[in-house]
Amino acid sequence: MPAAYQEKIRETLANTKLLAAIDKATHRLMDHRRSAIAGDGLPDYQELRTQAQAVKKHTIENLDHYLEEFEANVMAHGGQVVFARDAGEAVEFVADLAKRKGARLIVKSKSMTTEEIELNDRVGKHGIEVVETDLGEYIIQLAHERPFHIVAPALHLTREDVADLFTDRLGVERDTVIENQTRTARAVLRKKFLAADIGISGANFLIADSGAVVVVENEGNARLSTSAPRVHVAIAGIEKLIPRAQDLATFLKLLGRSATGQPLTVYTSFLSGPRREGEVDGPDEFYVVLVDNGRTRLLADREKRQSLHCIRCGACLNHCPVYRKVGGHNYPWVYSGPIGAILTPQYLGLSHESWLPFASSLCGACAEVCPVKIEIPKLLLELRSEVVKSEAREPKRRMERIAFRLWAWVMTHPRVYEMVGSAAAIVLDGHAVPALLNRGPVRGWTSQRDLPPLPHRSFRQAWRKRRKERG
Amino acid sequence: MGRVSLFITCIIDQLYPKVGLAMADVLERLGYEVEFPEEQTCCGQPAFNTGYREDARKVARHFLGVFRDAEYIVIPSGSCAGMVKHHYAELFSKEPETLEAFERIKPRVFEFSQFLLDVAKVEDVGARFERVVTYHDSCHALREMGIRQGPRRLLSHVRGLELREMEPAEECCGFGGTFSVKFPEISGGMARTKLDSILKTGAEVVVSVDSSCLMQIQGALSRAGSRVRTMHLAEVLAER
Repeated sequence: MPAAYQEKIRETLANTKLLAAIDKATHRLMDHRRSAIAGDGLPDYQELRTQAQAVKKHTIENLDHYLEEFEANVMAHGGQVVFARDAGEAVEFVADLAKRKGARLIVKSKSMTTEEIELNDRVGKHGIEVVETDLGEYIIQLAHERPFHIVAPALHLTREDVADLFTDRLGVERDTVIENQTRTARAVLRKKFLAADIGISGANFLIADSGAVVVVENEGNARLSTSAPRVHVAIAGIEKLIPRAQDLATFLKLLGRSATGQPLTVYTSFLSGPRREGEVDGPDEFYVVLVDNGRTRLLADREKRQSLHCIRCGACLNHCPVYRKVGGHNYPWVYSGPIGAILTPQYLGLSHESWLPFASSLCGACAEVCPVKIEIPKLLLELRSEVVKSEAREPKRRMERIAFRLWAWVMTHPRVYEMVGSAAAIVLDGHAVPALLNRGPVRGWTSQRDLPPLPHRSFRQAWRKRRKERG
Repeated sequence: MGRVSLFITCIIDQLYPKVGLAMADVLERLGYEVEFPEEQTCCGQPAFNTGYREDARKVARHFLGVFRDAEYIVIPSGSCAGMVKHHYAELFSKEPETLEAFERIKPRVFEFSQFLLDVAKVEDVGARFERVVTYHDSCHALREMGIRQGPRRLLSHVRGLELREMEPAEECCGFGGTFSVKFPEISGGMARTKLDSILKTGAEVVVSVDSSCLMQIQGALSRAGSRVRTMHLAEVLAER
C-alpha cells in the first residue's frame, strides 16, 4: 500500500471520535436491516435474493437486447437516450445541454454514478452551478468532500460538525438541533429548486419494457429535482437495467431493507418521458444518459461480471469490519467498502491501486448480506490472483513471489518442512524474536500483537514421542 | 468405529501442537483409531489467499496425494477445512484428473466439530472444564462451512463450563492470513474491537475452532496485558 494511504489510515485509526461515529451509524443500519428481514418482516428473504440474483444475471448476460428495448421505449414516450462511453462524454453532454438551454443552475438528487464521473466539479468548470439537494449530499458538497458511504454520504459527520459547517458556509447561527439544520438546508434548497433550469437524477433501476427510470429516496428532493425544472436528465450506469416492471417488486423489497431497514423508501418515483398534454407537472424535456465508463469491459468475464449486479444498498459497507476501521475516505475511488474493492480495479484497471483487493480479511460478512448475492470474497481472491500475475515482473512483488515459490517447494517436501520448523524452534527456543528477524512480515505482526511462544516440539515430533511411549 | 487420519494444520503443527494432541485424545476416547500421515504439510491456503494459485496448486496436490486413501480426514480448523472443501474445486477447474481425485476425497473431509456431531454423532464427549468461556465464530467456519450451533452444543455438555456469548460473536478478529501482516494497523484495530467484545463478557477463556483466529486474539490479549486466555475447542473437550 502506498505510504500516503498508510498515513491516512493510521490517522483514521487514531481518530476515536470518527471511529465512534462510524460504529454508531453502521451498527444502527445493521440493526435496522436485521429487524427488517427477520420473522414476518420478509419471510421469503432468501428466495428473493436468489430471484434478484437470477434477474440481474439474465439482464447482464443479455444487456445488448435490454439496452435497445429501453432506448426504444424511452423514445416512444418522447424522451431521448444518450450513450456515454466514459465520464468525459457524459459530462460533455450535460455541459452542452446546459449551454444550449442557457442554463445557469442545476439541481440534482443523490447519485453515485454522477459522483463517479465527478459531474459537479466538471460541469461547474463551465460556469454552471450544480447543487446537491439530498441533505447528506448537500452537507458534503458544502464541506468539499466526497461521499463517505454509498447510501449515507455524510455518515462520518456529527450534528456538531454540521452545525459548524452551516455556520461557516451559510452564515447562519450555530445550531446543533438536527431538525433546525434540516430547516436551514430546506430554506436554501427550496429557492434552488424553483430557480433551477435543469434537474439531474440518478436511477436505481431502468425498466426496459416501459422505458421508465425508477428513483427511490426519502426526502422528496429527487421528485422535486425531476419535476420542477424544465429539463430532466437521468444519469445511470448501463447495469441499472432490469427487464420488466414486474421484476421491480423483488428489488424494491430488498433494496430499502438492505440499505436502511425500511420496507420501502418514503418515495418511489417512476419517471417516463417528459410531461404529456394534460399533465400538470413534469419536465418539458427528458434525457437518460447511459454511462459505460469501464462497465462493458467486465461483460466478457463470466465470473467477475456479477460485480455489475450491485444495486448500491451499502449493506456490505456497514457489515465490513475493514470499512468500519478505515472509513469511506481512505478508499481510492468513490465506491468504498467491499463493493468498492472489487469495482475499483475492474472499472479503472488492475494497475490502479492494486493493493485494494488485498485489504480484506476475507471474512465474508459482505457476501452474507448482499441482496443480490455477489460473491465478493471470491472476486477479491480472483482479483488478487490477477494482480499477482500482472505484477509478476515488478520489483515490489519479487520477494513475495520468490518466498511463495520457496514455500511451495518446502511444503511439498515434508522432511525439509520439518527441518525448517525444527531449526526455527532451536534458534528461538522460547526467546522473543531477535531484532534481526523482527522485520518484514514478522514486524507487521509484532507491531500490533505478541507472537505465541514456540513450543519445544512440533506436533509431528510430539506425536512420535507419544507413539513411542505407548509402545 | 473407524480410522481417522488427522490433518494437522501448519499453524497447529508449528505453534499449537497441544491442539492436535487434544483432538487425537477426544477421537481415541470415542473409539476411533487415529493416525497421522507424516507426509502431510499444509492445505495451500496461504498462497491461494495471497493470489499465488500455481504455488497453492502444488501444495494442494500434495495434500490430495497424502490423504488419497484415508477413511476420514479430520481437521481442527474451519478455515483449512473450508479451503479444501470449497476452494480446491476452483483451484483445479482446469485439471480434470486432480479434480476427480478431489471429488473422491471431498465427502471424507471434516472439520473437527462437524465430525463429532455428524459422523460420531456425539454431543457429550464426557469433558469437564470449570471455567467461564466465550465462543468466537471463526469467519471461515461460520460462512464457508456453516458451523454455528455445533461447537456451542458441544460446549453446552461440558461439565462445569459456563458459556457467555459475546456481542457480536460473528465479527471477524482481523487475522485474515497475510492480511494480518500486509495491513497490520487495520488488522490490529479489528483485533482490539474483538477484544472489547470478549472482555465485556467477563469470560476467562476464549474458545474457537480455528487456531489462526486464536493466535490473533491471544496476541492482542497478551499485548493488552489481559489474563484471559485462548483455547481451541479440542483442548476444552479433552479436559476432564
